[in-house]
Amino acid sequence: MLRFVVRRLLQMCMVVVVLSMLVFVWLRSLPGGPVSAILGERQTPQRRAALEAALGLDQPLPVQYLKFMERAIQGNFGVSTKVLPGEDALDVFLSRLPATIELSLLALFLAITLGIPLGYLAARRQGSVTDTTAVIFSLVGVAVPVFFTAFLLKYFFAVEWNLLPVSGRQTTGLDATRVTGMFVLDGVLTREWDAAWDAVKHLILPAVALATIPFAVIFRITRASVLDVLDEDYVRTAEAKGLTAQVIRGRHVLRNAMLPVVTTVGLQVGGLLAGAVLTETVFSYRGVGDALATAFREKDYPVLQVLILAAAVIYVLVNLLVDIAYAVIDPRIRTR
Amino acid sequence: MTHHPMGSAEPLLAVRDLRVTFQRHGEKAFRAVDGVSFDVRPGQTVGLVGESGCGKSVTSLAIMGLLPKRGNRVEGTAIFDGEDLLSLSPSAMRDRRGADIAMIFQDPLSSLNPVVTIGRQVTEVMERHQGLSRKDATPKAAELLERVGIPDPRARLINYPHQLSGGMRQRALIAMALACNPRLLIADEPTTALDVTIQAQILALLKELVVDTGTALVMITHDLGVVAGLCDEVNVLYGGKIVERGGRHGLFQRPRHPYTVGLLNSIPRLDAPRGEKLSPVPGSVADNLPWDSACAFAPRCPNVLDVCTQEQPGWDGDQVVGYRCFNPMGGPR
Ligand SMILES: Nc1ncnc2c1ncn2[C@@H]1O[C@H](COP(=O)(O)OP(=O)(O)OP(=O)(O)O)[C@@H](O)[C@H]1O
Ligand SMILES: [Mg+2]
Repeated sequence: MLRFVVRRLLQMCMVVVVLSMLVFVWLRSLPGGPVSAILGERQTPQRRAALEAALGLDQPLPVQYLKFMERAIQGNFGVSTKVLPGEDALDVFLSRLPATIELSLLALFLAITLGIPLGYLAARRQGSVTDTTAVIFSLVGVAVPVFFTAFLLKYFFAVEWNLLPVSGRQTTGLDATRVTGMFVLDGVLTREWDAAWDAVKHLILPAVALATIPFAVIFRITRASVLDVLDEDYVRTAEAKGLTAQVIRGRHVLRNAMLPVVTTVGLQVGGLLAGAVLTETVFSYRGVGDALATAFREKDYPVLQVLILAAAVIYVLVNLLVDIAYAVIDPRIRTR
Repeated sequence: MTHHPMGSAEPLLAVRDLRVTFQRHGEKAFRAVDGVSFDVRPGQTVGLVGESGCGKSVTSLAIMGLLPKRGNRVEGTAIFDGEDLLSLSPSAMRDRRGADIAMIFQDPLSSLNPVVTIGRQVTEVMERHQGLSRKDATPKAAELLERVGIPDPRARLINYPHQLSGGMRQRALIAMALACNPRLLIADEPTTALDVTIQAQILALLKELVVDTGTALVMITHDLGVVAGLCDEVNVLYGGKIVERGGRHGLFQRPRHPYTVGLLNSIPRLDAPRGEKLSPVPGSVADNLPWDSACAFAPRCPNVLDVCTQEQPGWDGDQVVGYRCFNPMGGPR
């Protein structure tokens, strides 16, 4: 098991290094480039060349990359030009991270706690009205773009019916103590219940919007996987042993049916990062996704670099966790 | 072997006129089991033999209440210990399965849960039916594994199915089936998926266990050779009906139904000259006629008469011996 984790960690480092190269080359091939971003388009060639030399941009790409990596390892990605001008790019990311963690965790929680039980029920009642309805909803769920769902939710629940806040993470003027930067958790830790409740209300709509696609995918995979497992010989063996319905469901059906679901959840985290960009933009929710959208629009290269690399690291890390979870459930992988 | 003079003891299981009809909406109904009756006496080993598709598995699954919940109709009775299994409530049947009646299946790998240890899969039956805690059941599970000939049973308890060989897996399944000392064990082709040498070991084990424990055994197989050394009584199934029944010796020495003869000729013999070709029954079940107005076997039968394609042959015999044929080998009785 330990060897498995170490091997995976090494693989992960390789992936991140390759990704960093890709990001590096990609950002430098964008039209405009950092010099225009800093000086603007209308500048004399002399001034451009001077700045390029100052930034090291006149050197060959591999040299630039090595210098970039050297600084990156020390946590130095440069200074934000547009998102929070003058701030350290890494700090911009770190300050936005708790908001997005809070949002994604809630979305993932909703998607899993609804998707798996519903998927199981639908499979057990294959062809019933419950099943058909759930399948149609999940099809709609995957098909509708996130920003459209987000927009609809915002329009009805916030604007029309005024049930929930329209945007942001906290009601302005609310004086809440910050501990972790995750507002709900902070409210609970400091026992500022009104602040926690306020944060929850701000979270609901974006989290629901963000959860729709992972929910639909998890539901469909669970349903298909349970249907497969129900046909397996070992489920018939369990029935032949006269085991109770609960034991058969938990130990024999769900434990096996969860294997493809676990992989899917890992893959959905990638989708969640992309979805966060759209959801956070619609709800003006100041998280990493919102920062990424701004940095891209405003060509804030240092911030963009940090965010893309961080997204890659998070994605790879989550998939490492998924692999470990998979090995925990499936002894055929663990005991090879 | 605990020998019961034929017909003496009360049957432990009496199957009468069992019919199983599969019906999917939009499709024609298909009768997989068509009026099957047989008895199993305590401690007796009864064979159910026939080609693929003749309804052996469906018969056993119907008795166990393990057929799919939808799309089929089961008629007839299966009296076990004074109760009709076919009309028990699902929860009452759940209490019997694994405790009074156990079953083992063909493919040991797919019949075991790949993500649960062997030990757990043995103890869970005892926890369910004998009210044991997992802790108390574990040493018993090790004893069981030892009894079915698994070496180093304590170490095997924490193994997963993929870590065992095919023969060991089938032994583990037998241990699970015997965990609660059932009075009846149904074995559906328990050796078909195994190597020839392992097959012989598993058959020897089953034989030894039923003798030791007095468990009655219904042995399902397509290979008459398997039942030869094992069964007290053999039922030959064709197209969902029993076409011949007899004691082990009678059936092998003086088969009456031409289909039984065909099956006997297709047993591979160890003493046969090498390279001699087996002679399986010619034709296939696809040629079957409907039982309602003919003998289903007529199109493949070497002894066929005109009447065979015009009328259904009746059962000539009783609950112990008999056949269903207009023109049996050796002439009518
Ligand atoms: N769930 C089902 N739905 C429809 N038809 C079925 C079903 N199960 C079995 N049958 C049909 O019933 C017939 C008897 O099947 P059964 O499995 O009992 O054969 P078998 O004698 O066990 O053969 P084998 O040696 O291949 O195991 C077959 O024609 C099969 O196609
Ligand atoms: Mg079968």
